[in-house]
Amino acid sequence: MNALAFAATSDALKEYLAEQEQKPLLRFITCGSVDDGKSTLIGRLLYDTKLIFDDQLEALERDSVRHGNAGDAIDFSLLLDGLEAEREQGITIDVAYRYFATSERRFIVADTPGHEEYTRNMATGASTADLAILLVDSRQGILQQTRRHAYIASLLGIRHIVLAVNKIDLVDYDETVFETIANDFRFFTLDFGFQTITPIPISARYGDNVTIASQNMPWYQGPSLLGHLETVPIADADLNRPFRLPVQLVIRPHLDFRGFAGQIAAGRVSVGDRIAVTKSGHTSTVRSIVTADGNLKSAVQGQAVTLVLDDEVDVSRGDLLAAAEDRPQLADQFMAHLVWFSSEPMMPGRSYVLRTEVDSVPATITALKYQVDINNFSHEASKSLHMNEIGVCNISTQSPIAFDSYKDNRTTGNFVLIDRFTNATVGAGMIDHPLRRATNIQWQALDINKEARAALKHQRPAVLWLTGYSGAGKSTIANTLEKLLHAQGKHTYVLDGDNVRHGLNRDLGFTAEDRVENIRRMAEVAKLMTQAGLIVIVSAISPFRSERLMARDLFEEGDFIEIFVDTPLSECTKRDPKGLYKKAMAGELQNFTGISSPYEEPENAEIHLRTVDHSPDELALRIAQYLAER
Amino acid sequence: MSLAHLQRLEAEAIHIFREVAATASKPVMLYSIGKDSSVLLHLARKAFFPAKLPFPLLHVDTTWKFREMIDFRDRTAKELELDLIVHINPDGVEQNIGPISHGSSFHTHMMKTVALRQALDKYGFDAAFGGARRDEEKSRAKERIFSFRNAQHSWDPKNQRPEMWKTYNTRVAPGESMRVFPLSNWTELDIWQYILKEEIPIVPLYFAATRPVIQRDGMLIMRDDERMPVADGEAVEERLVRFRTLGCYPLTGAIESDAATVPDIVREMLTARTSERQGRLIDKDEAGSMEKKKREGYF
Repeated sequence: MNALAFAATSDALKEYLAEQEQKPLLRFITCGSVDDGKSTLIGRLLYDTKLIFDDQLEALERDSVRHGNAGDAIDFSLLLDGLEAEREQGITIDVAYRYFATSERRFIVADTPGHEEYTRNMATGASTADLAILLVDSRQGILQQTRRHAYIASLLGIRHIVLAVNKIDLVDYDETVFETIANDFRFFTLDFGFQTITPIPISARYGDNVTIASQNMPWYQGPSLLGHLETVPIADADLNRPFRLPVQLVIRPHLDFRGFAGQIAAGRVSVGDRIAVTKSGHTSTVRSIVTADGNLKSAVQGQAVTLVLDDEVDVSRGDLLAAAEDRPQLADQFMAHLVWFSSEPMMPGRSYVLRTEVDSVPATITALKYQVDINNFSHEASKSLHMNEIGVCNISTQSPIAFDSYKDNRTTGNFVLIDRFTNATVGAGMIDHPLRRATNIQWQALDINKEARAALKHQRPAVLWLTGYSGAGKSTIANTLEKLLHAQGKHTYVLDGDNVRHGLNRDLGFTAEDRVENIRRMAEVAKLMTQAGLIVIVSAISPFRSERLMARDLFEEGDFIEIFVDTPLSECTKRDPKGLYKKAMAGELQNFTGISSPYEEPENAEIHLRTVDHSPDELALRIAQYLAER
Repeated sequence: MSLAHLQRLEAEAIHIFREVAATASKPVMLYSIGKDSSVLLHLARKAFFPAKLPFPLLHVDTTWKFREMIDFRDRTAKELELDLIVHINPDGVEQNIGPISHGSSFHTHMMKTVALRQALDKYGFDAAFGGARRDEEKSRAKERIFSFRNAQHSWDPKNQRPEMWKTYNTRVAPGESMRVFPLSNWTELDIWQYILKEEIPIVPLYFAATRPVIQRDGMLIMRDDERMPVADGEAVEERLVRFRTLGCYPLTGAIESDAATVPDIVREMLTARTSERQGRLIDKDEAGSMEKKKREGYF
């Protein structure tokens, strides 16, 4: 059928389409505080550029009567606020994307929410934008959200800002109001690294200075908003940057073809180029650049290609192919700016999944260096980050990842953090630089290893991790078990949570942050001991699943045995061997597990011990049997 | 130098396809036979070249699609050697559910939404590609490229995962899934220009031809078979029409047009004053109806 269907493309149409194809693209966001008029502005922009279809306009007029907040007039925000909850509450909850073009440029605009609660959605829009229109209500001036959004925009690498001083009609088009706000803004963003800041006085509702110059403000000589968007210089991709290709997958249709597929994150690549495989450090030469439309001689940033190399080098998903003479970083420790999204606070020491564009590894925040106070941008000491807070931290990954610093490359320098249980995206990070100690501290190879030490002791090392409420019977069982194993000639050691707090962990308290660190240290010590060939019995409340998982990850498969010492809380409070529950219930002890701090029960413990109606001897014997049968 | 517009959109879509193929354990591509599906299929084949598609296609057949759509589907599957799964809701067949007898809402719910959920559960797919675009509808404009669905296939618009850069969180627990939309950032005009540029085959119903139509509720409905009754006062007329979108034929309005080739359609699009959704009965049922359907598991 289709030969005919594609014929008869007139030269005029071809020419027109080719021209359209080459129009530069500007991606921008609207942001700022609630009710500053972001959605209304975009609606107005689309309306004035005649980019709303007739049936959409009809629907908008119908909606304006029902949900609108603009009296008899059209409420343009309803064009963007597409969710029911948004129309009902008259607020923007999530980013809306709209696409439009004028004779000069193409635009993708992300209308982002103003509420602090939905900051993560603002960040989502900002992460891919070149320019931000930051709205300010003339009557309100700069608000906390204005500062926060300006800071996030700068952090995410947006270099062009339009400061849209909106609702200028409500302050009688007063020039002083406009100038004061513009000056305030310039002052607090001095260090933000913006290339251009363009203040424009507008009325989104009535269209002043949106697409055409306003008659109401003869004192304003600058461009209209649209005029500015059409002309602000946007940097073309700099193809002289070093070549980067994050490997998404290996394409291997048959034995004779092995190609590495990905989207070029920077620079260009040509057949014959020397390239490095970042993780292994090996180099090779590009044999061909494969696409479905034929092989290419060279390809540039943004193109999705498949590279075939000359040598049989080891490359898999998560690696980064790069210019051999200018390679990315490879490290398992680095410093990064972190924006926290989750209502569950960020805990140093807790294990998260760190996801770069193509790689995924377990990671922990080893130190929160400081938190940024959004009001004055000062650095404050802090133990954790709460939702919408921003901080600078050191991060350690289980294995090295390949990256550039975010300021050099927004694609290869970013990551998100994912909760290991809910799979929620809990934070987003921008890498600053690798930490020296990562590259300078190398593993010292030792000739006598774990196996050799264990063989001498005639045993297989293991860690028996007893978790449960205070008073559940962990220490009693641990003690009984060690006596039993000792009698069998096993080499053992008990790491008791309380005892460790007298020495190694004496600097830690009982806040959630400190509990995470407490467990991390116990797990690391237990690991050294298993390396020494010992069977280690750990007795610790260890209330959080994440940390028990982190501990498990440190050990070889099968060496970590989680034992749930299951005693109902009611029974523990009754036993109360140390009198702690009484104190906790009287309010004398803060953060007491079961009373004022949660205990997350194990879901897949290797051994589940119910202590009610079973003696410690019986239970210890069960563990010993499990060990023997391993 | 920057990539041209369609090149940029193409590369973005290919990147998305590859992310899913590399991280999902059992992906599938929803194939609805329309122009967006044709483009989606074309892009998917490019993404894995020279390998074959690493996932099957799934068509949820409501039994009320235009006959030409089904012909096109079967021909395409054969020519391209695709692994095509066709699913029809057996309960709907048993109860003889249709848009005329049961109304558009109930029909769509049973034969599309419920049928889709059945198929996804039956095969255990954990990621499903769809051809939806953000410019189609207001609630679509709010949806992520990787749209998370819980074990009941439902979308929670107030609690979407942040989607930073193109670093996608593709993790799901057993039973949960992702809907993935590689064409999120395309407009209707982009689709047509790409079809023109790449010479992608599409169902002939998009081209103007003389077809038997009935005027009903202000729309031109094509009488594709005898199941559609002609009411008193209605007449079947032969008119020169084409379709901007395709779905169940009794629910899809034709437009009067003489655009018989892709260049004609592109020319027509450049001067269009109405959106493509105008031709769909199911979206007019109530405001926010798309969002409601999506929460129930619709694409």
